Amino acid sequence: MNLVRSLGTVTIGFVEELGRLAAFSAHMARCVITPPIRLRPFIEEVFKLGVLSLIIICVCGVAVGAVLGLQGYNTLVTFGATQSLGAVVGLSLVRELGPVLTALLATGRAGSATAAEIGTMVATEQLDGLRMMSVDPVHFVITPKALAMIVVMPLLSALFIVSGLFGGYLVGVHLMGVDPGSYMNSLQSAVDFSDDILGSLLKALVFGVLVGLIATYRGYKSEPTSAGVSAATTSTVVIASVSILIFDYFITALWGV
Amino acid sequence: MSSQPHIEPSTGDVAHIEFQHVRMSFGTRRVFDDLSCAFPRGKITVILGGSGSGKSTALRLIGGLVRPQAGLITVDGEDITRLSEREMYHVRPKLGMMFQDGALLNSMTIFENLAFPLREHTQSSEAEIADEVHDRLQSVGLSDIDDLLPGQLSGGMTKRVALARALMMKPIILLCDEPLSGLDPISLRRIESLLLDINRRLQMTMVVISHHIRSTMRMAERVLILLPDGAVSGTPQDLQRSEDPRVASFLDLDASIELTVAPVEAEPARSGRGDSK
Amino acid sequence: MNRSGTRDLIVGLFVLAGLAAIAYLSLSVGGLSFRQPGGLKLYADFDEIGGLKTRAQVVISGVKVGEISSITLDKDYRARVGLNLDAGLKLPVDTSASIFTAGLLGDRYISLQPGGEETLLKSGDQITFVESAVILERMIGKLIHNAGVDEEK
Repeated sequence: MNLVRSLGTVTIGFVEELGRLAAFSAHMARCVITPPIRLRPFIEEVFKLGVLSLIIICVCGVAVGAVLGLQGYNTLVTFGATQSLGAVVGLSLVRELGPVLTALLATGRAGSATAAEIGTMVATEQLDGLRMMSVDPVHFVITPKALAMIVVMPLLSALFIVSGLFGGYLVGVHLMGVDPGSYMNSLQSAVDFSDDILGSLLKALVFGVLVGLIATYRGYKSEPTSAGVSAATTSTVVIASVSILIFDYFITALWGV
Repeated sequence: MSSQPHIEPSTGDVAHIEFQHVRMSFGTRRVFDDLSCAFPRGKITVILGGSGSGKSTALRLIGGLVRPQAGLITVDGEDITRLSEREMYHVRPKLGMMFQDGALLNSMTIFENLAFPLREHTQSSEAEIADEVHDRLQSVGLSDIDDLLPGQLSGGMTKRVALARALMMKPIILLCDEPLSGLDPISLRRIESLLLDINRRLQMTMVVISHHIRSTMRMAERVLILLPDGAVSGTPQDLQRSEDPRVASFLDLDASIELTVAPVEAEPARSGRGDSK
Repeated sequence: MNRSGTRDLIVGLFVLAGLAAIAYLSLSVGGLSFRQPGGLKLYADFDEIGGLKTRAQVVISGVKVGEISSITLDKDYRARVGLNLDAGLKLPVDTSASIFTAGLLGDRYISLQPGGEETLLKSGDQITFVESAVILERMIGKLIHNAGVDEEK
């Protein structure tokens, strides 16, 4: 019976937490449409979350593309279908690996940094300081961070995919000897804008919302101690990563690819 | 100083802030059971008490950062327990709060930190704002630190900047959370005299949290001691002459601690937050 | 402030790079194109369309000239396929439409063979000469059947 009771408690706790997350999101949504527009914090955040993640995204993109090129070639060569390498690399990157890997990398780098930053601000009473100056901390600090994450994710995802296509090209064409014309041709005929590219950008956008929400929420609600900040950072990475993968399934299924 | 006082000279002990039967708990931890006290207009009231006695909580209740489970809190004649967070934004301009570790925004320079409330709430030009900021910094004895970041300041400087920021919007009530803690004796005296100066010149109502008995006795016109089983208030003279055993032992206890432990000035990189109250 | 000026520039460049990547993927790789509104809209009825899907290509001599806009079932249970073609296309009324497969296992598409008549097709007209899709199973069935008949002889 104790097990059942614990299960009930956990479930209720989970639902309550979702409720608080929903209230938090609603508050943020209201802040987006309330003036003044926090342009400078937003631009700062785009810099911190996007520009500073650029190197890791592009390097990993090329690496993933190169691996796809290699694995793809080794598999296709047994069917004599190596001219479809472009299609294999392109579709894998566009449909799945681009948005998902970008989101996971961004969670680890930008998401955890955001949670830690906000958590530290809670611990040092900076958010209370803002309230005492009649400024809503959600409006001034949190919303620009979340919005920046949402805007940055599709951009990073596209850059990841392009880097990956390049990596696949390097390995496939220059290393394994696939004809460059066939690579580009099979890539272009296999990848369709509405089915693939649009779905890919939609996924990236949804993931951006997820990471933005989770990172800021966990940071905002963290205990005002250094242990609290590190707990917020860890839980952000874990919860965001799991959510990304679960949502990935549902979007793929519903988009009907 | 270019500002005008915002309140008339005090005529007797009129309450500027009042607690009536306030009950406050955090989860299962009961902080106050039934706290009633008044903070007189134009005077400095110091709140004393051991760790966990609720000193910081009392300050946060006045600022509306936390809400009591029961009771009434009036600030400048208005019951703030009924107000929503958004409504509090109209009350807060009257209050200036000086946080224990400064609570300055880490990503902005000192100038930007002080200019922030003016840029948010006034239509002043950049030139007017710059003048105001520099005036304010001078009044707390600082200059040429415009481009420094909060992390680069020493403990004493941080407190003075925090004080300057609290005064930027010309409040009528100043709330100070342990303004004297963690300072060397010289900085301590400097802050103390700054606070006294502000009170005398502007007749500003001040609520100060402190650990230092001697400094409290010098500064305070009223003292509120938060004891585990209730609160005692009075003038410093009343309390020193008090026959209440709890008061006597409290004042004795802290006085002896103050004599044996000499606080050292914090390093420019700020240390972490102390234990919660 | 100089510090924020440089920052703005870098952020701007980053956003541009991202948008350029999206544009490249959409236009060059994904084949998004901006059709002029009011293209030449025709339709054709087929007995069998095989795996033809909407947005499949319509080509003339291998060059893409449009795409399938709709596939519906008409009252005779034939497949009515709507074609949305380039606006300036001039097709005679005896143009024929055939459903082919790209490669051996590829996607279905429609190839148009322009006719020789003087009158041209207008938007809303029907392409009357059609060649339905070839279904592999039927061909194999026929092959087996013919082989069987040969054996009997």
